[in-house]
Amino acid sequence: MLLFFTFRIKINFYNFVTLIYLEMNYIKKHTIDELADLAISIRKDVVRALKVAGSGHLGGSLGLADVFTVLYFNRMRHNPDNPAWPDRDRLILSIGHVAPVFYTALAHAGYFPIDELQTLRKLGSRLQGHPGRDHHLPGIELSAGSLGQGLSVAVGMALAAKMDNADWKVYTIHGDGELQEGSIWEAAMSAAHHKLDSLIALVDSNKVQIDGRVSDVMEIEPLAEKWRSFGWAVFECDGNSIGGLVETYQKAEKISGKPSVIIAHTLMGKGVKSIEGDYRWHGRAPNAKESEDFIREIEG
Amino acid sequence: MQKNINQGNKDTRSGFGEALFELGKSSENVVALCADLTGSLKMDKFAGAFPDRFFQTGIAEANMMGIAAGLAIGGKIPFTGTFANFSTGRVYDQIRQSVAYSNKNVKICASHAGITLGEDGATHQIMEDIGLMKMLPNMVVINPCDFNQTRAATIASANHCGPVYLRFGRPKVPNFTPPDQKFEIGKAIVLKEGRDVSIFATGHLVWKALEAGEILFQKGIDAEIINLPTIKPLDGDSIMASILKTRCAVTAEEHQIFGGLGESISGLLARNFPTPLEMVGMYDLFGQSGTPAELLEKFGMGTNDIVSAVELVTARKHH
Repeated sequence: MLLFFTFRIKINFYNFVTLIYLEMNYIKKHTIDELADLAISIRKDVVRALKVAGSGHLGGSLGLADVFTVLYFNRMRHNPDNPAWPDRDRLILSIGHVAPVFYTALAHAGYFPIDELQTLRKLGSRLQGHPGRDHHLPGIELSAGSLGQGLSVAVGMALAAKMDNADWKVYTIHGDGELQEGSIWEAAMSAAHHKLDSLIALVDSNKVQIDGRVSDVMEIEPLAEKWRSFGWAVFECDGNSIGGLVETYQKAEKISGKPSVIIAHTLMGKGVKSIEGDYRWHGRAPNAKESEDFIREIEG
Repeated sequence: MQKNINQGNKDTRSGFGEALFELGKSSENVVALCADLTGSLKMDKFAGAFPDRFFQTGIAEANMMGIAAGLAIGGKIPFTGTFANFSTGRVYDQIRQSVAYSNKNVKICASHAGITLGEDGATHQIMEDIGLMKMLPNMVVINPCDFNQTRAATIASANHCGPVYLRFGRPKVPNFTPPDQKFEIGKAIVLKEGRDVSIFATGHLVWKALEAGEILFQKGIDAEIINLPTIKPLDGDSIMASILKTRCAVTAEEHQIFGGLGESISGLLARNFPTPLEMVGMYDLFGQSGTPAELLEKFGMGTNDIVSAVELVTARKHH
């Protein structure tokens, strides 16, 4: 931490004081045990928020709870008290429909009160059905919902960081079905062309999409080979293993000269045994009874 | 009142290219992207002088729009360059979500707009782009009329914080606005005062409107000619001030009559002060190959078409 301070000392005293304040407030790296507990709280709050909303995407949100927990409480350098901090690591959520878990992670990190999750999808809420920059929720870089756009934006951000010799990273989250969008591959090509090693993408490989199994709808395999042939460093891990995710991100962050992608194998609905892997829960919200059962299942 | 004398024919896209180069010199944050049309967009001067701030995206316009949004998040002022066709319709969803709804400071610079693209034919002659762009919340739409105005509008776009659609063209056309003009987004410019009819023109048809004004003067009709380089936000005050004097209007643009400047003005008038109005523009057709002059003539966007529209509308005037 001390080294970090020294590294960031600027001549201007005011800046220096501000920076110390910022550094002291940025989110600490949580331990694996702490992360596991957090993931449970986040899953429960996702279920609660969706129950109140009455609609929304439960399956993918639960499947990605571990990824969001690891990013916001272990990997990313960010400061909820100063969402516009120029040196922050950025997250681009390309699959806006998992907004519930995104919002829940942001709230737990301290970007806004956890109570506000109860306003999800309500008129006037900052918590839109899909993330909207227009609604001034802190912590959101980009509006997202229409698929296949986030990776291009991440490429632009990584280019900007490179131009400024800045050391912040860009993390993205994609769906496996989303990779059927051609624009993803335009972006993949350009990220490798520009050797953007500050860009770390993650594919939520839960093998299902709205109309069924990804392999039935439109096969995307061999996925690792595809990314590799586009010039990316490819990692695979269990996307519902906190330890596995931390370790894999650590490896990806060390890659230089090319972008990295983590193919994270997840289970849609993870944490709620009775719905795990069931694609019918892609776009459903639980009713009051289901929500009680689900929370009990999450608590184990 | 300016004089409206042709200082020599020049293409509007070169006005863009020159301004972009100047912006490159004056602001470190200005970056440019192009999808394999650097020469056509006249971006080569910027690309040569500032290679670290120029991004060739290849033939991948959707990716270019996203990258531009990302560069804006990183504090840059990105200018994207490709043909108007590929700057709008091809990438509408990217612009809608990642640029407009995300309110990113991206300047979408579109060349070869309209029928005057000429010989390449209808695939490339987009006449719907103003409509597509003006419907997006947060988007500013600018369609300058000559080299000097395009140059000034490009610089003004950089100084505006938020998404801008800047539309210009391919052919060499009269360059008649002042070289040292200061461009104000959202402001109409009265080119000639008159009392019988208001001609509201944008883009390449502004010069045609001035030509029509002279013919009309011979015929005893005193036309007020107003240049509207900004289509959104529309300068309603200037339009209404002119209409209250002339009581009838003609709009002239190189665009479909649906969704263009004419439609915006007719809506404004219908809501505030219903007034006889005629539109010079493309009447729901695709274009075809030909020279720019031939095509403007064939599709009813020539000087004589503006004269005829004025004669028609003055006859309809309420007395």
